[in-house]
Amino acid sequence: MATEQNQVKTKNNFDLVWDRLEKQQPQCKFGQLGLCCRFCAMGPCTISPVGSGGKRQYGVCGADADTIAARHFVRMTAAGSSAHSGHGRSVAEALIKIAKNQAPGYQIKDEYKLIKLCKIFGIEIANKKIEELALELGEKALAEFGKQEDKLTFLKMAPLKRQIIWEKYKVAPRGVDREISEAIERTVMGTDQEYKHLMKAATKCSLADGWGGSMIATELQDIIFGTPQPLVGKVNLGVLDENYVNIVVHGHEPLLSEMLAIVVDMPEFVNKAKQKGAKGINLGGICCTANEILMRHGIPILGNFLNQEMAITTGAIEIMTVDIQCIMQSLPMVASCFHTKIITTSPKAKLPGATHMEFTEENALEKAKEIVHMAIENFDNRKKEKVSIPKQEVSLVAGFSHETISYILGGRFRASYRPLNDNIINGKIRGVAGVVGCNNPKITAEENHLILVKELIKNDVLVLQTGCSAIATAKAGLMDPVIALDYCGPGLREVCEAVGIPPVIHLGSCVDNSRILMAATAMVKEGGLGDDISELPAAGAAPEWMNEKAITIGQYFVASGVFTVFGVTWPTLGSKNLTKYLFEEIANELGGNWAFESDPVKMAKLMLDHIDEKRKKLGIDKARERVLYDMAMRRELE
Amino acid sequence: MSKIIASAAINGAHKILNMSENYWKQAMDKYGGKQEVGFPETAYYLPIIYSILGLPVKNLSDMEKIFKICRRIIPEPVYRDYHLPYLGPTLDAGMVTLFAEEMYEAIKYLNEPDFYWPEEDPTEEKFWLGAANDIILRKRGIEFVDGTAPGFAAIAGSAPDEKTAAKIAQELQEKNLYVFMCASHNGERFSEQLKKANVQIGWPVRLVPFGPDIYEAVFALGFAARAAMSFGGIEPGDYRRILIYNKDRIFAFVLALGYVDEQWYANAAGAINFGFPTIADTNIPQILPTGVCTYEHVVSGIGYEQIVAKAVEVRGLKVAVNKINIPVSFGPAFEGERIRKEEVYIEADGSKTSCFEWTTSRSLNEIEDGKVEIVGPDLDTIPEGSQIPIGMLVEVAGREMQEEFEPILERQLHDCLNYINGVMHIGQRDIVWIRIGKKAREKGFLLKHIGVAIHGKYHSSFSNILDKVQVTIYTDKEKMKDIIEKARKVWQARDERLAGMTDEEVDTFYSCLLCQSFAPNHVCVVTPERTGLCGAVSWLDCKASNRINPEGPNQPIKKGNAIDAKYGKWEGCNAFVKKASRGTVESVSVYSLIVDPMTTCGCCECIAAVLPLCNGVMTVNRDYKGETPCGMKFSTLAGTVGGGKQIPGFLGHAKFNITQPKFLLAEGGLQRLVWMPKMLKEEIMERFKKRAEDMGIPDLLDRIADETIGTTEEEILPFLQEKKHPALNMDPIM
Repeated sequence: MATEQNQVKTKNNFDLVWDRLEKQQPQCKFGQLGLCCRFCAMGPCTISPVGSGGKRQYGVCGADADTIAARHFVRMTAAGSSAHSGHGRSVAEALIKIAKNQAPGYQIKDEYKLIKLCKIFGIEIANKKIEELALELGEKALAEFGKQEDKLTFLKMAPLKRQIIWEKYKVAPRGVDREISEAIERTVMGTDQEYKHLMKAATKCSLADGWGGSMIATELQDIIFGTPQPLVGKVNLGVLDENYVNIVVHGHEPLLSEMLAIVVDMPEFVNKAKQKGAKGINLGGICCTANEILMRHGIPILGNFLNQEMAITTGAIEIMTVDIQCIMQSLPMVASCFHTKIITTSPKAKLPGATHMEFTEENALEKAKEIVHMAIENFDNRKKEKVSIPKQEVSLVAGFSHETISYILGGRFRASYRPLNDNIINGKIRGVAGVVGCNNPKITAEENHLILVKELIKNDVLVLQTGCSAIATAKAGLMDPVIALDYCGPGLREVCEAVGIPPVIHLGSCVDNSRILMAATAMVKEGGLGDDISELPAAGAAPEWMNEKAITIGQYFVASGVFTVFGVTWPTLGSKNLTKYLFEEIANELGGNWAFESDPVKMAKLMLDHIDEKRKKLGIDKARERVLYDMAMRRELE
Repeated sequence: MSKIIASAAINGAHKILNMSENYWKQAMDKYGGKQEVGFPETAYYLPIIYSILGLPVKNLSDMEKIFKICRRIIPEPVYRDYHLPYLGPTLDAGMVTLFAEEMYEAIKYLNEPDFYWPEEDPTEEKFWLGAANDIILRKRGIEFVDGTAPGFAAIAGSAPDEKTAAKIAQELQEKNLYVFMCASHNGERFSEQLKKANVQIGWPVRLVPFGPDIYEAVFALGFAARAAMSFGGIEPGDYRRILIYNKDRIFAFVLALGYVDEQWYANAAGAINFGFPTIADTNIPQILPTGVCTYEHVVSGIGYEQIVAKAVEVRGLKVAVNKINIPVSFGPAFEGERIRKEEVYIEADGSKTSCFEWTTSRSLNEIEDGKVEIVGPDLDTIPEGSQIPIGMLVEVAGREMQEEFEPILERQLHDCLNYINGVMHIGQRDIVWIRIGKKAREKGFLLKHIGVAIHGKYHSSFSNILDKVQVTIYTDKEKMKDIIEKARKVWQARDERLAGMTDEEVDTFYSCLLCQSFAPNHVCVVTPERTGLCGAVSWLDCKASNRINPEGPNQPIKKGNAIDAKYGKWEGCNAFVKKASRGTVESVSVYSLIVDPMTTCGCCECIAAVLPLCNGVMTVNRDYKGETPCGMKFSTLAGTVGGGKQIPGFLGHAKFNITQPKFLLAEGGLQRLVWMPKMLKEEIMERFKKRAEDMGIPDLLDRIADETIGTTEEEILPFLQEKKHPALNMDPIM
């Protein structure tokens, strides 16, 4: 990929992400270690790194390395939580508008899930109409953000033992906004200055994301757009078609892109495109918006975070719409070399040089039509000589959710996680790993993702994925249910063949990490693998993280009992105490802990060791004798 | 690779669904939508559809909805490249297959009413037995419940030759399994191969030819679905529990013998939903990972020598096999074996000559364990076709042995002899009737082997109370004379002692939880005056059984303080039942059918029900197929009350219980009985009359109506009035 990028650079003579990274070298060491504080005007202060024996051990206010690193960490979780929660809040608002019939074009697609969620939120079903239920649910979900007391509703979905742990350590979040707000409050100069205590804020704030904002986003999106079902999709830049009008959606929210997906198939627009000499309209995605519409419609993915600029350099994109998160400011600059138009659509995010077309649920359909119309008009401006689409294109099977996993494993009459648990217990599957997160230009060609995931499946670990990490492995064919089997260990291969799944399961966008929490919970509840998520032979990783959101996700996994390894860099290394706490001591309280390892093979080893340790504790590390049942044993059955 | 199985199963499901739907359309044209459909003499409509979907299919037009559901559920064929996950869809396809086949078979019953023979044994002309009727289901169900049959093998196709077929069948019988047969391979059918090999076929010997095609596999799974509803008490439509019940409790599997085509795969997929794996002789792809079944799902390429052992292992079944050292097979599967006249080597008929069987206890130093003595000639010197006298004196000794266990041990002799492949035993005491077949003799069977079988079976069943078993077999009429006389005196004394026992004189009842393997919430309370509802377990049996196996299904129940003597309620009894029923039954009246009646597993011999108009109670035995005045046949009644549910107004009970003094005590006793089938009247007539005399109403039986008087309350009421039936003048029953 680096070489492709170089070609692009020579051809176009402007910088892409990798060039900018190069020009940023050397990057600030204090910042990397978490030891630079500019939270007040007495600073900025820096603390001498651990072991350097430097004289600067305290900031002007007296804060030490532990406090400064912890404050940064807490603010990162608050930022990440706010991002996912902003997404969740938009979905809740959308559901309310749909219920009130104020969002033309949208509908309730999964009534079953609506009813299921209503029950969770304690809404009486009675003979109410679907719209009434949707309204009540939307309002209740929205209230989760502003709730000041009690605790988040979704926490009760977790295994009982997990809920008790949260209660015991007083980290069960109240309302989403309250925890984010309090986290920031506690990092204000002169406030909370005890690093372990600060970490409680990080934990609450991140749990408010995983079991709050993100989960609300995922679950309510399923209601509106349908719970994903397995389907075949395509990935990589080759999905662009030079004979078509190409529209690309990028960002994180599916609200607009779902509308675009409807409009591009409308005959009036297809005909218009044909009149312009195109064969039709091709919709594709980048980043998590792409994951969202892939999961539900099989709409192709151009690539992940690091592919956003390159996509434009194909010269074949008429319009790229962007909403929130992970959007590079450089997009309009790159686009200016081509005919591509960049459209910002969120009221929260604008880019210099982009066209802003603010989108609301009320006008979504109209806006989508406008955008498609613009794209068709822009087809005329495409310069043939500048079009260069790489041929690469890979198919994948996506569309998994914690509900569909249950169906896939047993059909509609025997749906359950039993086959998964059984095959973990009998050792055909060694364990389960969540590999998620961003990709990072500091790592060449996404190799951390690929090496880690290949290493895991080689060792019979089933891999659950979301976000840009999922796109990375999909591009490498690891979500192809036939090709990917060659990378598997024999046990995992056998199970994948029996079920017909790839060894690497795409669960969606980064808010869909909540699906991994639910899947882990379902495994616990199915039985035979302990009473809590922390007892599962499972581990998590974000091998190429870059966004603060990843820290939030990691922290809520740790706080849900999962051993979580990050790659590339680690933001608290300047504080020995905080790092020791996060890497070791926190496990004594919450059952999960962090680790940092930049080498993906060693990262896999850490995860495998952890999985093996959990297997041993569960007593499933040795082959067990087959139990044969006689009548007396059958009588004992409950 | 399982993708091949998935593709084939889904394709097969499409074929079967199309075929069934076309068949249905033709039937709709021919008969119209109102035409009733069903399997004769069965409750639960089309049982798989009813149990899984909760939808009763009563007539042809009801099928429309089911076909619509099938069309909605049936998955698309598996893509060749980039296939989607197929395990779930394949299982769904399997279920659609079973739904479609069940409707197909129901229509077949309509089109060809004589195709299936509705009895236990096939005849020369009628070979295929089709859906088991409810009488068979209940009767055989008991064996599933008490463990004499741990499960069934559904065999599709045929063995390479008749000899192999007979060998596999015998091996399955020796493992006490039922064998349900369907489908053909290379134009041969397993069941027909057995017939050609002169193997007895039919329900009594557990070799059941359901039908000629693969579609009849649906009868095997229907049997399983009915077991879950009737014994498991699971509500129709609670599909998950129905299927898990089968996975956990019915140890069945499929033996696919021969080429597995798409339709076979589709049926195998249906069976996997029930937790029943497939074991194949051919090299089809395997599905080894576990999860839906207890262990592997499909295991293939297994030789005929190992196939039965492999199947049992894959299903996770532990079979207790009696190792009895005799030249023929031994096991409960041979219990129903008949020896026809032309097959008889020798016969001993107690009604024609002197015969007896008697078990008696001795002190330890009086007998020698394992000693079998023949007094008189053995088979090697008796000419073929002879009528011989036979006497079996079984002497037992043990530190824990008590005289009151003797009758229980003696009753076991029936099993000891009948379990022998090639020996038929009927009757007891001095009216036994024994036939020994030519085939057994050819294999070297001698009378001394009966002794060996008794010795072995006694030791395996009663090891806790017995240390020594000695058997003497008499074929010399003169030499057995004195012993018969002694035995007769003992039998008389026993009868008197048993008849005199009352509930009041004991402080301990016994539970029978034998059926909890099938009906997890059912608890039988067995008292001296209330025999177990299956008719097979008396209070003494329980007592002995508890002595033999203290951890077993018969646990002592300390009566405790009486809450109500008339209703038969005791504190200790209630506490025990609540615990043993896993909290589902809080209180039991041992003597009432209206207030907290005892539950039934579904194995009951009779079901009594209130007849409000007649101010009385009727009862019906399970062999009676007709209508009854309560508006339900026995099969429907059993479906209502079975499965461990407490339903006021209904009571499962033993035939013997009718003449026990505490029967319906709370409702006023035996004089409440206003109707029962004629065949039941005749069966219990002697005991009934004696009981009626004791009650001071000697002609009570004649005042009770039966089906010849009527099968509705309105029809029988005038008869009761005319006969001045005592119930009419009793307190209102409701």
